[in-house]
Amino acid sequence: MLGFVVRRVLLVIPTFIAIAFLTFIAIRLVPGDPIEVRTGERGISPERLAQFRHELGLDQPVWKQFLDYLWQLAHGNFGTSISTHAPVLTEFLTLFPATLELAISAMLFATILGIPAGVIAATRRGTFIDYTLMGAALTGFSMPIFWWGLLLVLFFSVNLGWTPVSGRIDLLYYFEPVTGFMLIDSWLSGEEGAFRSAVMHLILPAIVLGTIPLATIARMTRSAMLEILGEDYVRTARAKGLSPFRVVGFHALRNALIPVVTVIGLQVGALMAGAVLTEYIFSWPGIGTWLIESINRRDYPVLQGGILLVSGIVILINILVDLLYGVLNPRIRHAR
Amino acid sequence: MPLLEIDDLTVEFKTASGQFRAVDGVSLTVDRGEILAIVGESGSGKSVAMLAVMGLLPWTATVSAKTLAFDGRDLLTLSPRERRKVIGKDMAMIFQEPMSSLNPCFTVGYQIGESLKVHLGLSKSERRKRSIELLEAVGIPDPERRLSAFPHQLSGGMSQRVMIAIALACRPKLIIADEPTTALDVTIQAQILELLVSLQRETDTGLVLITHDMGVVAETAERVSVHYAGQKIEEQPVGPLFADPHHPYTAALLAALPERAKGKHLPSIPGVVPGQFDRPPACLFEPRCRFATDRCRTKVPPRQGAIAGFALCHYPLTHGRPIGHPNPEGREVAA
Ligand SMILES: Nc1ncnc2c1ncn2[C@@H]1O[C@H](COP(=O)(O)OP(=O)(O)OP(=O)(O)O)[C@@H](O)[C@H]1O
Ligand code: SF4
Ligand SMILES: [Mg+2]
Repeated sequence: MLGFVVRRVLLVIPTFIAIAFLTFIAIRLVPGDPIEVRTGERGISPERLAQFRHELGLDQPVWKQFLDYLWQLAHGNFGTSISTHAPVLTEFLTLFPATLELAISAMLFATILGIPAGVIAATRRGTFIDYTLMGAALTGFSMPIFWWGLLLVLFFSVNLGWTPVSGRIDLLYYFEPVTGFMLIDSWLSGEEGAFRSAVMHLILPAIVLGTIPLATIARMTRSAMLEILGEDYVRTARAKGLSPFRVVGFHALRNALIPVVTVIGLQVGALMAGAVLTEYIFSWPGIGTWLIESINRRDYPVLQGGILLVSGIVILINILVDLLYGVLNPRIRHAR
Repeated sequence: MPLLEIDDLTVEFKTASGQFRAVDGVSLTVDRGEILAIVGESGSGKSVAMLAVMGLLPWTATVSAKTLAFDGRDLLTLSPRERRKVIGKDMAMIFQEPMSSLNPCFTVGYQIGESLKVHLGLSKSERRKRSIELLEAVGIPDPERRLSAFPHQLSGGMSQRVMIAIALACRPKLIIADEPTTALDVTIQAQILELLVSLQRETDTGLVLITHDMGVVAETAERVSVHYAGQKIEEQPVGPLFADPHHPYTAALLAALPERAKGKHLPSIPGVVPGQFDRPPACLFEPRCRFATDRCRTKVPPRQGAIAGFALCHYPLTHGRPIGHPNPEGREVAA
């Protein structure tokens, strides 16, 4: 088990270098550099420009810049933001809880609805209920996040006025962050209405971000369940005189969860990509908004470091999911 | 009153190409402490008939019968909920594929204990005690340790022993064993069968043994029911059946045994069991029967009396000779 983890972690290093390389090149292919973007229309004297470039190391050959960057990374240093001068890691850690809160809520929403939907569709295979659920799943799956987000905002926030349009909590409330999770912090603050406000702010973004995972989980659960409901051991469970609920929801679902958990794990990467868009739509102060701003400002260290850190999290979650897979599947557990 | 009474059981499946009759007017009885063997080629509806008794058929199946009674209860009118109190408790079933019949995600102990909890409401420690007892009874060494084993850690023979333990858990009155040894190694087959029979004797349960193995039938069964294309075509006590089969199909089966009763699998008779689309109009065995006449092709054969082994035939055999047949020597079936 430990060997497995160590192996997986070692395999991550080349992946990291590749990601660092790709972001490094990609951001430099975008026209304009940090200084030009900042000075904008006003322009800047060539001497000043050269001086700034020198300070940031941008006058070095690109290969040298890259190697320097790797060297820096090897020492655990993700650099400093060009625009705020704060360490990239610090900014990341400050903003990440917001994204994590959104992502967890979205996944909870997707899992809590997706698994029962898949189970119901599988047990009602070929019926109206099955077609309705799977039709909805297909629609959800093909829904462009941006469009879906705006649609929901228009309907629930603008037309009905049920939910706020943006942010994590009403500006009325102020309290020091404790955990960085607004739901928890607002609860701890004891301020009346703060928790409710946080929940209302979270609902729409979580639904928007959770829709595609919801559709994927529902479809995966259905197909896994359909396969497993035909297994001999499900017949054995029924032959024991167990209730249908116990047979389907326990004996069959327990096995169906194995592939479903893998799918949930694979969703994490896509979830991060979706989070960027969702945060942008809802002005959610998380990693996504931070990264988009860093592109606009050509803040090379933030973009590079931010993407590396996000990738690191995705990889970490994938390792955790693999471990969970082992816990769920006795055959794998013993093989390792 | 017999423990299990089946009268005129018919099972039809809804298929893409129409109704398919997998079990056709089967009547059987099983008494307490009795072993009834059901034999017949693949596709003769043996499993489907017993799954109908257990209530385990998929929704595509339509079950009808004049009587379907177990232990004085009418299974036909029992609600699904009431029926679930019977199966797994008073009536248990063991399947052909032990390796895939246990849930890979749960331990042996859990899977045995589950029946004890659901049907008998035993506490955790009682369940553990009884599970160990059961594993001992089915000959699993080191039972305490085995309780925490997962199915993939067991061999086929061990898995089938566990399945038997599960079946026995609530001291059932009837056990249905559907080819319990077919998937196992030859050496293990005999052990499992012996175990099953000895446990059956000890506990005085009824046992329905579905098998392909005429050797098994000769050694273990008391009565034999021979099935063909969904119908019961003959039923006799085991001795008389081997000595004097009355239906041409049974006779052909026995004649094709290399060494009487010693063959491991059902011997092959030329031709195949009719399927959904090539069902003969009258006698279902007619295309393969060496005694077939025009009458067999046009008139559904009658059910003979006990003396002729309840044979479903126009010309039941007596010592190999078809009674009332226009040409008692018969014709040879072109192979
Ligand atoms: N769920 C089902 N839907 C449609 N047809 C079925 C279904 N289950 C069984 N059948 C058909 O019913 C017939 C009888 O099947 P059954 O499994 O009872 O045969 P069997 O006598 O047990 O054969 P074997 O010795 O191979 O186990 C077969 O033709 C089979 O294809
Ligand atoms: S009825 Fe005719 S065809 Fe059918 S088994 Fe008897 S002799 Fe053969
Ligand atoms: Mg069968």
